Amino acid sequence: MIWLTAAVVIWGAAWALNVRLSRSNLMRHRMGRLLVPAVFGLTVLVVWECAVRGLGVPGVILPPPSAIGTRIAANLPTLWGDFMQTFVKGALSGYAIGCMAAFGTALAIDRSPFLQHGLLPIGNFVAALPIVGIAPILVMWFGFDWQSKAAVVVVMVFFPVLVNTMAGLQASDRMQRDLMATWGASYPQSLLKLRLPAAMPFIFNGLKIATTLAMIGAIVAEFFGSPVRGMGFRISTEVGKLSLDMVWAEIAVAALAGSAFYGAVAMAERAVTFWHPSQRRR
Amino acid sequence: MTRLAPILTVLTVIVALWYACVVWLNAPWVYDQAARAKTEVALAQMVPLTMAQDRPVLPAPHQVAAELKRAVFGLAPTSKKSLVYHAGVTLSATLLGFVMGTLFGTLLAVGIIHNRAMDLSVMPWAIASQTIPILAIAPMIIVVLASLGVQGLVPKAIISAFLSFFPVLVGMVKGLRSPDQMQLDQLATYNASALQILLKLRLPASMPYLFASLKVGIAAAMVGAIVGEMPTGAVAGLGARLLSGSYYGQTVQIWAALFVAAIVAAGLVLVVGVVERVTLKRMGMSR
Repeated sequence: MIWLTAAVVIWGAAWALNVRLSRSNLMRHRMGRLLVPAVFGLTVLVVWECAVRGLGVPGVILPPPSAIGTRIAANLPTLWGDFMQTFVKGALSGYAIGCMAAFGTALAIDRSPFLQHGLLPIGNFVAALPIVGIAPILVMWFGFDWQSKAAVVVVMVFFPVLVNTMAGLQASDRMQRDLMATWGASYPQSLLKLRLPAAMPFIFNGLKIATTLAMIGAIVAEFFGSPVRGMGFRISTEVGKLSLDMVWAEIAVAALAGSAFYGAVAMAERAVTFWHPSQRRR
Repeated sequence: MTRLAPILTVLTVIVALWYACVVWLNAPWVYDQAARAKTEVALAQMVPLTMAQDRPVLPAPHQVAAELKRAVFGLAPTSKKSLVYHAGVTLSATLLGFVMGTLFGTLLAVGIIHNRAMDLSVMPWAIASQTIPILAIAPMIIVVLASLGVQGLVPKAIISAFLSFFPVLVGMVKGLRSPDQMQLDQLATYNASALQILLKLRLPASMPYLFASLKVGIAAAMVGAIVGEMPTGAVAGLGARLLSGSYYGQTVQIWAALFVAAIVAAGLVLVVGVVERVTLKRMGMSR
């Protein structure tokens, strides 16, 4: 009972604090704006801990954050090995290959409106499909190691990036393109100096969508067969053993890696498309 | 017609490439069989053989089409071998999850619009929540919910809802904020309450954004339902078909299930698109 009351009280107190914080002068600074979500996240963790203890939820259903934390601390080498296998070898290499292939394809068909009119609807269609479904096929083709995971990631990220890049290359104004033409700019010149920079916000949109897809693809592909390490492998075997604190530890690593990945791409976006209205300081 | 020609050309190229890959990927097996039988196969004999295998590495399009025809039209829709039955199972989970996700996303968006503390604290975590590979923890969710006594449709629908709420949330936050200051001021001069502003200005103004998100959301819900079916021990649904196909090396079955999934997903997006067009037309917003 004490735990439950504590949970409710802490929740209320933290919410009041956040309401005050969000109205205070701190919000003018970037660091201050980070404070509110940080307080919120911490509160969720504390309330989770209190609720699990107060209600006596068994660890096989929902372990408390403290148990997950000790699990992470105790199993760092395992988690690191899984991370390297799934994220660095599977997701990152597939992401790089897929994005470059999509970018290259978009550039290659840039000069043919015919192919663009054909590929754009098909690309849009395929981007909406449950592509995860080809994971079993690709695992069958490329074997159990990271190559098959990278292949799944390549296929998953290809179409979103392709569609966004193609849309981006159309993004420059008619007037701007005419201006380039009056200056006698060649095709590569107008591509490099006008159309690619104008396409960058779209391309980064695709790249950001692709980061989450890459994580999902790499992990899900491991359900269909993998060597004895990897996040997807660990999750499916630990669920079988009902040691849910280890599963949550993997989830925490995955979320951390995914957020860092997304954040890195978002920072690159900020550096490349600093001129775009959406990047202006508010 | 001028719009159809390029699409058809690209499709033809894809099918041609597919056949080329069929020959390339399945040829080793044909040569292997020939070597064991101590016979020689000429190129002209090899090509048809690559397209008529029981468990090809890559089935030819016509094999997949034949399997589709058999599994969709050849069997009673209630039969457990019929893809219509499995598609129905997946579809019901998708729709339930989609409705749950849309409601949740919209409610959250309404809260975020009206409460600055909520905007600042929830929005970053909503974005972070999408970097959790939910599909990867789907098995755990299903096992845990099963131990709580929740089984069948609901666990899959929860995974679908988790995937589809995010696009709706992002779209609705944008949409509910889309009325410009002049319109908001006008309602303020009418002394409208926050609820009235929401119902009479913000919600109608957000419709184009809502439908754009719904299209993304329903496709995501479908992916969630399919992946949610995989860890349940391959009982029913398109995901279960994929998994059992991969266990037993039934490549034709996998591809047929994939195509049904693609057709259902495309159909759902199409339905949302039609509803969008009709609604926006009646609201006078169609472009």
